Amino acid sequence: MIGPMVTGPMVTGPMVDPAQAALSEPRRTRFNFTPYLLLLPGMAWLVVFFVVPTLSLASQSLQTGNVETGYSLTWHFQTYGDALSRFWPHFARSIGFAGSATVLTLIFAYPLAYFIAQKVGRWKNFLLVLVIAPFFTSFLIRTLAWQTILTDNGPVAGLARSTHLTDLLQWVHLTNNDSLMNSRFAVICGLTYNFLPFMILPLYASLERLDHSLIEAAGDLYASPIQTFWKVTWPLSLPGVVGGTLLTFIPAAGDFINSRLLGNTQTVMIGQVIDSEFLRVQDYSTAAALSFVLMLIIVVIVAVYVRRAGTEELV
Amino acid sequence: MTEKTSGDLRLTNVTKTYDTFTAVDQLDLVIPRGSFFALLGPSGCGKTTTLRMVAGLDQPTIGQIWIGDKDITDTKAYQRNVNTVFQNYALFPHLSIIDNVAFGLRRRKVSDHKAKAMEALELVQLAHIAKKKPGQLSGGMQQRVALARAIVNRPDVLLLDEPLGALDLKLRRQMQIELKVIQSEVGLTFVHVTHDQEEAMTMADTIAVMNGGRLEQVGDPATLYENPKSTFVANFLGQSNLLEATVKSRTGSIAELDVHGVSLRLPVDRLVNGASSVWLGVRPEKLRLVAAGSTNDGTGESNRLTGVVTDASFTGLATNYLVRLPWGQELMVVQQNDGTARVAAGAPVTLGWAPEHGFALDAKQDAHAGAQDQADDSGAA
Repeated sequence: MIGPMVTGPMVTGPMVDPAQAALSEPRRTRFNFTPYLLLLPGMAWLVVFFVVPTLSLASQSLQTGNVETGYSLTWHFQTYGDALSRFWPHFARSIGFAGSATVLTLIFAYPLAYFIAQKVGRWKNFLLVLVIAPFFTSFLIRTLAWQTILTDNGPVAGLARSTHLTDLLQWVHLTNNDSLMNSRFAVICGLTYNFLPFMILPLYASLERLDHSLIEAAGDLYASPIQTFWKVTWPLSLPGVVGGTLLTFIPAAGDFINSRLLGNTQTVMIGQVIDSEFLRVQDYSTAAALSFVLMLIIVVIVAVYVRRAGTEELV
Repeated sequence: MTEKTSGDLRLTNVTKTYDTFTAVDQLDLVIPRGSFFALLGPSGCGKTTTLRMVAGLDQPTIGQIWIGDKDITDTKAYQRNVNTVFQNYALFPHLSIIDNVAFGLRRRKVSDHKAKAMEALELVQLAHIAKKKPGQLSGGMQQRVALARAIVNRPDVLLLDEPLGALDLKLRRQMQIELKVIQSEVGLTFVHVTHDQEEAMTMADTIAVMNGGRLEQVGDPATLYENPKSTFVANFLGQSNLLEATVKSRTGSIAELDVHGVSLRLPVDRLVNGASSVWLGVRPEKLRLVAAGSTNDGTGESNRLTGVVTDASFTGLATNYLVRLPWGQELMVVQQNDGTARVAAGAPVTLGWAPEHGFALDAKQDAHAGAQDQADDSGAA
């Protein structure tokens, strides 16, 4: 490039645009700190409130001693074996309850999310607010409300008795007697109810993006409404399904409020056990070991599940 | 698919109303089997609604739709042997190209669906990208996949909803030719919805011009262009000069018309029956423009008007003139760049044309109907 800017002696060989050279020069030398600065607050938070507590928990689980005399790190792996052999039914129950609640939330949430995303038009935002509305009261109050809903002399229990639903529930061991309260059934109801919005919102997000002309195209290509759902709508909503089930299953598996307020001694979940080992029994090592095992189980289940669902194909 | 010799698509008295708005009004249409048929009109004229009713995506309020002797009005979209190439292609993003194309065959449980889908992809020259996902393709490729996905099912009718609208001009021209070739290869009935008159003229055997939910005129491109039956068609397909005229006499096959005191001639069969006042129309490229006073070349027995050039713009292929007539009306004239001398603005000229190049329209119509629509659409495209 020969312009009025070029002065001085004639340059031989390939010409270098002075403007370009000026631009590329500092790019090579100056280091851009901005992205790292932006990462800093989040990283600091995670280190202080996640990494450090996790390490402390890991160390606690391998210590022996008691609250009075203090603890010392003895690498006592036996705690894990003891904790598992004592509490494996609670682990199994937690996974079972959380799994059931997740399946139920999916069954309830999917049609609702589909309806809101594709059918209601201008009522969309209003209905979404209704979905989130329960969050305006506390988790505890909402769960306590279920005690009133399922109470023995309430209309729900009355209806369940008159339609012999109670007999059916008893037959499948979800309840132990004519009562709905203080049963597996009540705990699963509470979990399903409390985590329903966490399922609806991701499903809504993925169904809202679904291009309606794809559904028309499937119909145009001889797919019946049912085939259209399974071949087009469902696969395209899988990211929402995976997101929703994770957001429901993970917290539900560690929940201890629903089983305490709505269950009985036979429905104790692992979160409740950890809670009482820490705060009542004050066996910190066992509680820490149980926390670690729960974390591990959830990570394994989620890893297997996400791999099976093949979300990387769907982005 | 059907063995019958007649698989024509017929619409009888089809009407579609939304609340107070009538999108399609008493449409009667026969689309012969194997033809390339274009539904042409400005946006909002009801052409897309018509197509959606044929596809089964919308239900007519009144009327029937037939394929051959089968009434398909009440059958669902997935039960009709009709396929659509959607405006936005609507390819399934989670399926590979080959699975997209095989989608319809699979639903019909066709045994060798993979091979047939591959054949269709070869037809649109995309066999090499069969394993890719739609998101990895360019707009033009997606368009061809959408076409293959519809053609592979060998439908009785293939509907194309502005399929080239999203492509750039060069690609659009190429696809116009390609579509035409594919249609003649596979021999299916193509119904092509478009607002682009040039596209419709290039591709279709028969064009139906729609306006305000009604049919304006149906015919082959040349007939529509040379002998439009309404001012809307005259203005929407190309450009027209319309002169206010009164019929003075009809002698033999030639009628004499009076236009602001000038006597002009027109074949009698072009006249609207019995009407005494008409719009006399003539296309800009049919007018011969000669500088006033020059020796007359080849405009011997033709109609003549005199005027003054008010604007001349040279486009290379041709020169576009505006010529003001004594009563103030301006006529558009297109003169091919065939070596004849160009005339500058301000020069007095004589315009001449052969009587058979004129056409007559009912004077009760708006002379500007369709002109604005066309200007809008060509501006948008």
